[in-house]
Amino acid sequence: MNSRDEALRLYRKLLLARLSEEKIRELYPSNEIKSPVHLGIGGEAIPVGVCHCLPENSKYFGTYRNHTLYLTLTGDTDGFFAELYGRASGAGGGKAGSMHLMAPDRGLMATSAVVATTIPVAVGAAMAARYRGSDDWVAVFFGDGAMEEGVFWESLNFACLHKLRILFVCEDNGLAIHSHDTTRRGFRSIPESVGGFRCHVLSGDGSRLSTVVEKTREAVTRMKKDSQPAFLHLTYFRFLEHVGPKEDFAAGYRPAPTEAERGGRDPVAIFEGELKSLKCSRPEMDAIRSELAKQVDASSRKAQAAPSPSPPDLLTDVFS
Amino acid sequence: MTFRDALALGMAREMEADPSVFVFGLDVPDHKRIFGSTRDLVEKFGPSRCFGTPLCEDALTGIALGAAISGLRPVLVHIRADFLLLTMNQIGNMISCLRYMSGGKVKVPLVIRAIIGRGWGQSAQHSKSLHGMFAHFPGLKVALPSRPQDAYSLMRAAVRDDNPVMIFEHRWLYDVSGVVDEKVKVELGKASVIRKGAALTVAGVSWMNVEAMKAAEVLARRGVELEIVDVRSVAPFDEETLIRSVERTGHCIVADYDWVHAGFSGEIATRINYRCFGKLKKPVERLGFRHTPCPSTRTLENLFYPSAIDIIRTAEKMLGLSETDLAGEEFFSYEKNFKGPF
Ligand SMILES: Cc1ncc(C[n+]2csc(CCOP(=O)(O)OP(=O)(O)O)c2C)c(N)n1
Ligand SMILES: [Mg+2]
Repeated sequence: MNSRDEALRLYRKLLLARLSEEKIRELYPSNEIKSPVHLGIGGEAIPVGVCHCLPENSKYFGTYRNHTLYLTLTGDTDGFFAELYGRASGAGGGKAGSMHLMAPDRGLMATSAVVATTIPVAVGAAMAARYRGSDDWVAVFFGDGAMEEGVFWESLNFACLHKLRILFVCEDNGLAIHSHDTTRRGFRSIPESVGGFRCHVLSGDGSRLSTVVEKTREAVTRMKKDSQPAFLHLTYFRFLEHVGPKEDFAAGYRPAPTEAERGGRDPVAIFEGELKSLKCSRPEMDAIRSELAKQVDASSRKAQAAPSPSPPDLLTDVFS
Repeated sequence: MTFRDALALGMAREMEADPSVFVFGLDVPDHKRIFGSTRDLVEKFGPSRCFGTPLCEDALTGIALGAAISGLRPVLVHIRADFLLLTMNQIGNMISCLRYMSGGKVKVPLVIRAIIGRGWGQSAQHSKSLHGMFAHFPGLKVALPSRPQDAYSLMRAAVRDDNPVMIFEHRWLYDVSGVVDEKVKVELGKASVIRKGAALTVAGVSWMNVEAMKAAEVLARRGVELEIVDVRSVAPFDEETLIRSVERTGHCIVADYDWVHAGFSGEIATRINYRCFGKLKKPVERLGFRHTPCPSTRTLENLFYPSAIDIIRTAEKMLGLSETDLAGEEFFSYEKNFKGPF
């Protein structure tokens, strides 16, 4: 982290994502958010940190677990909540829902609920940048499970072959729904498995925002020197069920973390500790928190009161 | 017994009867058990006959084929039919035609189960049915049970069949209850008349049979009796059962659970027109999805999907009846039951 100011800017992004998702957890039992929600609590530092380190006009691709990515790129809690409520004013006009949030005007080009499907699309965007002679950067986010799909390897191979300017960002929570990595992987480790490709491979603790920033900056530096794609392998702990607002440790497929373990995997708590050492006071952080909480609250209320799309909207935007 | 339990029972009975039967796919043995439809299988038959997999649908489909031509009887499960689109190469270029290309030398006894999602914002990527597209391929059998007895019996028939069989299961049918007699055998490729009536025939596919039953209940109150033919199998398609019905009623609505344009409903309508040309009192009507990707929000979703109301209004129009007052009727009640998150 270069400065206190920069750290506080990052903190706002991290917290905006967290508070927005905590708001979803609070509102979901009312059954008004009729959308499957794949919450990213525990993984917020990855999109926040990676996007922070790339230039303004970069292009991003993501998955159904895209809330933090959307919010960090847009800051648009109004469009976010309106989409979750299926309103006309939502990011996708109520046609997308939580799993397909996009904001092409802010660089979020596509997200998808079909695992691994945006990976080759991101490679296409990187190829287009090369073709057009632009210096756009591309980053694609995907889970550890996505790496099991053939299309991941096909895309990685293509990108490495053509030395494209793309960051592959693996958000590794060790789980695909309820299946542990050990039951799914015939390879020894993620970094080793991509190690045979001509790309820069970096690993780190994705729960630590400062680590994510450091690794991304290193990737960018290395890519500038030696133009090959980069592969960022960032681990994190998924605090909640795969889809839905609850914890599910009682289901028995993984142990509940202790309080200490929770603290050690919570990106917000960890980053607050780092802020302290940068001389940010608790009241200062609390002030940011209450300001953002107000924003989130206002956006969610506005969304609840907003109108749904009208019947003719069903037929619009099938074609350009 | 619920539809989900009937599916699980059908598989369990075949696994008991034949040690070469195994069930696999993403998340098949986790605690949610594919919405309960693979319940108890791993306990009863162990992890070598009921197992989860990495995310690799394309490979899994080829693996199923390889196992099938090597003496096993795989049942491959997909939690959404949309994921079948990742497996088109193996299905379209291999599974559907391997027997033919071998000059009849190989058998391909495999079952692919796929769940059709709906509601709670499933949206464009978790709601497709795709049965019509697969029915298009010679060499594939495609079934869509809508009742627990058929879920059980067709599952058993599919596993026993020496050919590739795809079974499409609508997510909302999982909670439907009905009597299941374990001894009842149902042949693949046969339709079933699930309601008798003289006024008009509804050919229902999957969930649309539930909507058709609701429509029939409403119209019966004014003395209009719908006959409902549950198509059950779109490949092979049991033309005779449907033709016999339409010859009597002279009216037919095809209620498909798919897009109308270039869909299976067009196939049925054509066959009825050809066979019942002189006996039809009105042109065959088709109901299906509106021609858009499936929207997320419920207000648009309810316009996207055909419902009992569409069946009622279409029937009234065909029969020259005034519009029934539908105030006080409950429609879309399943939307109210299904509370996500998935
Ligand atoms: C092609 C495909 N197969 C299966 C699914 C069902 N599914 C949804 S999320 C998921 C797990 C993905 O795990 P991972 O890539 O690690 O992402 P995470 O959910 O952990 O963020 C699966 C199997 C899907 N959506 N798409
Ligand atoms: Mg994962």
